[in-house]
Amino acid sequence: MKKTLLSLVTATAALALATVAAEAKLKACFIYVGPIGDFGWSYQHHQGALEMQKNLGGEEQVELAYLESVAEGADAERALERFARSGCNIIFTTSFGYMDATNAVAGKFPDVKFEHATGYKRDHPNVSTYNSKFHEGRYVQGIIAAKMSKAGVAGYIASFPIPEVVMGINAFVLGAQTVNPDFKVKVVWANTWFDPGKEADAAKALIDQGVDIITQHTDSTAPMQVAAERGIKAFGQASDMIAFGKETQLTAVVDNWGPYYTERVKAVMDGTWSQVDVWGGMKEGHVVMAPFTNMPDDVKAAAEAAVEKIKGGFEPFTGPITKQDGTEWLKDGERAENGVLLGLNFYVKGVDDKLPQ
Amino acid sequence: MFDAIIITIATAATPILIAAIGELVVERSGVLNLGVEGMMIMGAVTGFGVALTTGSPWLGFLAAAVVGALFSLLFGFLTLTLVTNQVATGLALTLLGLGVSGMIGEAFIGQPGVKMGNISIPLLSDLPFVGKLLFGQDPIFYLSILLTLAVAWFLFRTRAGLTLRSVGDNHASAHALGIDVIGIRYMAVTFGGACAGVAGGYLSLVYTPQWIENMTAGRGWIALALVVFASWRPWRVLAGAYLFGAVSIGQLHAQALGVGVPSQLLSALPYLATVVVLVLISRNRRLTMINTPASLGRAFVPDR
Amino acid sequence: MRLELVKRPQHSTLFSALSPFIALGLTLIAGAIMFSLLGKNPVDALYYYFIDPLRETWSLHELAVKAAPLILIAVGLSVCYSSNNWNIGAEGQFIAGAILGSSIPVLLPGFQSWIVLPLMLILGMAGGAAYGAIPAWLKVRFNTNEILTSLMLVYVAQLFNDWLVRGPWRNPQGFSFPGTVRFHEYAVLPEIWPAAGRANWGFVFALVAAFLLWFMMSRTLKGFEVKVLGQSPRAGRFAGFSSSRMVFFAFTLSGALAGLAGICEVSGAVGHLNEKLSIGYGFTAIIVAFLGRLNPLGVVAAGLVLALTYLGGEAAQISIGVSDKAVRAFQGMLLFFVLACDTLIHYRIRFVGARAGAGEAMRHV
Repeated sequence: MKKTLLSLVTATAALALATVAAEAKLKACFIYVGPIGDFGWSYQHHQGALEMQKNLGGEEQVELAYLESVAEGADAERALERFARSGCNIIFTTSFGYMDATNAVAGKFPDVKFEHATGYKRDHPNVSTYNSKFHEGRYVQGIIAAKMSKAGVAGYIASFPIPEVVMGINAFVLGAQTVNPDFKVKVVWANTWFDPGKEADAAKALIDQGVDIITQHTDSTAPMQVAAERGIKAFGQASDMIAFGKETQLTAVVDNWGPYYTERVKAVMDGTWSQVDVWGGMKEGHVVMAPFTNMPDDVKAAAEAAVEKIKGGFEPFTGPITKQDGTEWLKDGERAENGVLLGLNFYVKGVDDKLPQ
Repeated sequence: MFDAIIITIATAATPILIAAIGELVVERSGVLNLGVEGMMIMGAVTGFGVALTTGSPWLGFLAAAVVGALFSLLFGFLTLTLVTNQVATGLALTLLGLGVSGMIGEAFIGQPGVKMGNISIPLLSDLPFVGKLLFGQDPIFYLSILLTLAVAWFLFRTRAGLTLRSVGDNHASAHALGIDVIGIRYMAVTFGGACAGVAGGYLSLVYTPQWIENMTAGRGWIALALVVFASWRPWRVLAGAYLFGAVSIGQLHAQALGVGVPSQLLSALPYLATVVVLVLISRNRRLTMINTPASLGRAFVPDR
Repeated sequence: MRLELVKRPQHSTLFSALSPFIALGLTLIAGAIMFSLLGKNPVDALYYYFIDPLRETWSLHELAVKAAPLILIAVGLSVCYSSNNWNIGAEGQFIAGAILGSSIPVLLPGFQSWIVLPLMLILGMAGGAAYGAIPAWLKVRFNTNEILTSLMLVYVAQLFNDWLVRGPWRNPQGFSFPGTVRFHEYAVLPEIWPAAGRANWGFVFALVAAFLLWFMMSRTLKGFEVKVLGQSPRAGRFAGFSSSRMVFFAFTLSGALAGLAGICEVSGAVGHLNEKLSIGYGFTAIIVAFLGRLNPLGVVAAGLVLALTYLGGEAAQISIGVSDKAVRAFQGMLLFFVLACDTLIHYRIRFVGARAGAGEAMRHV
């Protein structure tokens, strides 16, 4: 009798424990604008999500759900609502265009945490925004480019004239000018985030115009392949693209979302989540440089020194900086305000292009 | 530099040219297949996969052609045997192709592909200026020119070509003359599918040797426009494809040179030009009668 | 052995009723096979595709949001196609309507009154109709193939919209991101029942349009004219109908409805004009029109079914990890089967033996 009772108690306890465990299992959800097979923006977010799941104890602890290729509009709002209702504790919305949908749905589900990448609206206390200082990586690329280039001109394949992209071009030029004050950048707007053929064409056009280093702010690996074919050097974008250019890639600015996702999901688990506006860079580990390859040791040393400097708190947008039209933007030692950077719509001196307005 | 630019234009034009030549034959037989994009993307994914597994881009192209043809047979069975609406069936084919290719291709993402190399002929390829242009490109480039030549010859210089055109012009009289209308259309559709498959393979094996979802990015639709732009004439398709290539490459060069032009306007030019050309060739009814397959898009059921 | 079609003297009432169900059944079987190949339990997958999204009120509202533009565009196209005019450019007319309708809140943000919304809807229809009239005019005046011109104009509209929202119409407070200002409250299409879900009046417009066009097609002389000219232009001319006027009628009608869908989408579901407006409703609606067999009421059902596959695709992706690529493959198969089964309405299928086939070939020689 006693034994039965005991086993009953143990069983109940076990059951209770199991229930607790089931409740403790957290559901983290991700919505991606492209296919996770783009090997660029959405792919890297998904890699970050998988890393987060691994860091926090795998499938037993964190349930992962995602939707890919969700259009930014009515579809996004529906997808987010479905997530919220399906028991997601925290939802990451990984594209600028999800901003309004994120805030609308967050208002309806105050108990669910929302994290919106690259946006600026936080209408409700359960909405955070996060972004990465990719321009720090581009500054380092600029230094490498100026040291490696014989022509003194680099080619830049850009997607759309939004602040993020303009910031990257400017940071690249600023980095290059620390090495060679006369360094120039030629920009081609591909008007797409993602069209391998067109990106390849843009790379070829730039190379035919005499650039001997290619960098890109579009998502596919096509420009890297073209650079490899034509025997010049290039930088990878979003992910480490070394497989597509073993003798070509100098380094890549890798979007490393894993640490941030781990930190935020863990905060939900611990009950310490609160609204933030995070703009992390190399210091926080959100921006990582792929291994420096295909370059002499002195260039590598200069690049590593720049990374250390930035990790120590250096901001590439520190004066003196002159705008493209010759007027002064930042005085000696003056740092650009975040607000100005996040809405950046002009070039600094040395960009050989007219910014589409 | 100039020869390099022309080679770039040729690379941009070749996939559109191959797909358009295939579609031209299909339309000359009186069938409108709007599924070019779907067949191309199927060709791209199978070509990539087969080349990756076997290491041979040639086998990749062969597989791309076979899969493109098989996929077009699906369209053929519906529109020719079951006389379904060609517009709707073509659209469904594109949807299906985009979906299925995405599923097949999931394993290939992030893998560098096998590139078909350029040919090299000793001495000739090293000639200044014209060497690379004439004797140093990829084999499929030469195939695309030969294909244009062959199709032009076939359509306008052979009896079989005449038969195919007569089927497209007036299927009822062709049938009355004892021509197997459906059979000929099946062959044309299959040929078009194989061409679209090769064109897709060109994207994933030559142009940008990798597999990425939706990598055709609308080139199938451009090929469709090109056929009409060319008023169903093979050499004009060739000219149109190179013109299109030149405009899109020229725009990038203009930008790199720092010429500021709204890129949307430049991108819209080929489409506006196609409309204008359509109007020009259609307003002259005699010209239209000569060139346009009069039975285009109309179903045919032999009544007996 | 091969297939041969024999035209039925009259179209089969039995197969008219049965064919959608046969098609659906075949799609389910093919879908089940596809899901099994993907390593998913087919019963689960089909449950998430077709049942799960129908279980809750909010989800039904979302179904209406997704189906509204599809139905609005597709009913217009169904009339257009019935008249044997091939408007493939509804996507362009959708964008044109959205742009012209948005011009009021974007260009005159200070003009705030109850009249704004009705004006926007009217301008939206006018924009779509005008854009649709271009291929119609080219067809009538120059005999130009309307399939191709209307398709080309889609790209032009997309690029024009892209230029507008990145250039002159860009929100000055939007951190240089593409997109206009958010519409003020008078310019927003209200939700029908905000407490229950997000469905807006666009869905009501869709149902009304479908009913009106069904009435027109089945009960009025105009509908008769559409069908006669569609089946035989010669007969139509003998009856005194003008095929030129019909071209304009078909294109402006389908264009206006596509334009209305565009402005409803912008002012109802999205709230401002941006570069991501065009996600292919105009092309998907072509499929909807055929799924509904060019019957306005059938189009309503077809629009709901297709919208359901989108919602179900998401549910299946979240719950059992079916790739979103499966949705498109699924829609393609559904359309194939519907088109194939509809053949049975007009034709009997006969299998011809190899010997007969060979004899046939002999005679051709």
